[in-house]
Amino acid sequence: MKKILSIFISLLVALACFAQKSGKPEDLLNFKPTTRVYVNDYTGTLTEDQRQSIDTKLRIFDDSTSTQVVVVVINSLEGNDVADFNVQLGRAWGIGGKEFNNGVVLLIAKKDRKLNIATGYGVEGALPDITCKQIIDDIIVPKFKGDDYYRGIEEGTDAIIQAVKGEYKAPEGYHKGRSTGGSVLRTVFIIIVILIFLAMSGRGGGGGSFMSRRGYTAWTIGNILSNMGRSGGGGGGGWSGGGSSGGFGGGSFGGGGASGSW
Amino acid sequence: MPVRKKHLKLNSKSTPSLKKNRFSWLVAGGVVLLVVIYLITTYNGLVKKEEKVKLQWNEVQNAYQRRMNLIPNLVNVVKGVSDFEQTTLQKIAEARSKAASVTVSAENLTADAVNKQADAQNELAAATNNLIIRIEKYPSLKGTAAYSGLQTQLEGTERRIKVARQDFNEAINTYNNTVRGFPTKLVAGMLGFKMKEGFQSDAGAEKTVEIKF
Repeated sequence: MKKILSIFISLLVALACFAQKSGKPEDLLNFKPTTRVYVNDYTGTLTEDQRQSIDTKLRIFDDSTSTQVVVVVINSLEGNDVADFNVQLGRAWGIGGKEFNNGVVLLIAKKDRKLNIATGYGVEGALPDITCKQIIDDIIVPKFKGDDYYRGIEEGTDAIIQAVKGEYKAPEGYHKGRSTGGSVLRTVFIIIVILIFLAMSGRGGGGGSFMSRRGYTAWTIGNILSNMGRSGGGGGGGWSGGGSSGGFGGGSFGGGGASGSW
Repeated sequence: MPVRKKHLKLNSKSTPSLKKNRFSWLVAGGVVLLVVIYLITTYNGLVKKEEKVKLQWNEVQNAYQRRMNLIPNLVNVVKGVSDFEQTTLQKIAEARSKAASVTVSAENLTADAVNKQADAQNELAAATNNLIIRIEKYPSLKGTAAYSGLQTQLEGTERRIKVARQDFNEAINTYNNTVRGFPTKLVAGMLGFKMKEGFQSDAGAEKTVEIKF
């Protein structure tokens, strides 16, 4: 049972990641994150190790300060203004807490060679436009010019963290409440699905041995899951559109930040 | 015996009518209660949406104020240049004092006042753009850190103005949809809520001028 559960969880996580893998500006605005992925690279610029190391850093920062710094790397803005689009993106994903609006989005459009830092209402004081501009021009752009995207993002996010770290502190139980809430819901959902299928296969298969029945169950579950994945990919709907647990905090943006190009 | 019979008759007659009476009172009371609850929730809903409009309006005012605070800094950039065209600076000073004189509080948001302020702000933005074009001709000014810092700040301000105006219009839309929606429409006027007008963004209305570098 434990094994099935863990397979399930990894399958669901993989599907949740799959649903967001387009990176077109329009799809990004429709995509409602259900898990907190802090580094979203739709271009394959970063290796998985690099992505994870920055992601972990930003996750730890969120856990201790409740301030959410998110990196999004896309190919093309498809004609959108980098600053306007980043405000929309930050709002659509709800980055930052609802109460303090303490979110920051670093958006990088590789083909356009443009980037923007958008600051939520609550961090405009700690991270004024001028500071954003300095981080972009003095820290990120020189690295990007040398094609060192990883170092640019790594040091850029470090500078952002440095600027906003004193501003907010995560309330008690911020980290715990979120993770248990999400996993409890998910576990309950999984258990219900398993029970339904066990009951169905128990009733259905007349002569089959226990082994073959289990195979059938796994097959059906796999099928259903892949269907869910498909519907989720379409418009950010499907199962992944459900509960609010796991996503970002619902923060809003008012146009703060700065842009640059390399 | 006859007396007792009479008594019984009286009793049997009065009881149902009393019951009926009590029942209709209950129904009437229930209806009144429902109406009162409806009015309270409608009122509260409208107040909340009106508050949102005011909040967004204050956001617009803050963004405008930010713009007006930054413009003198831009003027200071050219103070040291002796041969700088003075009429440009005069125009900008006039436009700024005019824009500063038009303030619209969230309490009396009329379409007239809103548009008057928007016009004054447009004039100020146009005058500022004029100044920027002239500054661009002086490479020594353009290259300074002070100037590029101002550019960043002004660009951020313009973005905030744009976002705040959009949010304000959206809040107005939400509010108006409630006011004219059925059945709120029937009581909104009675409760003192009227339709509001936002920024005109299309057809006929003047285009919004943004400060651009």
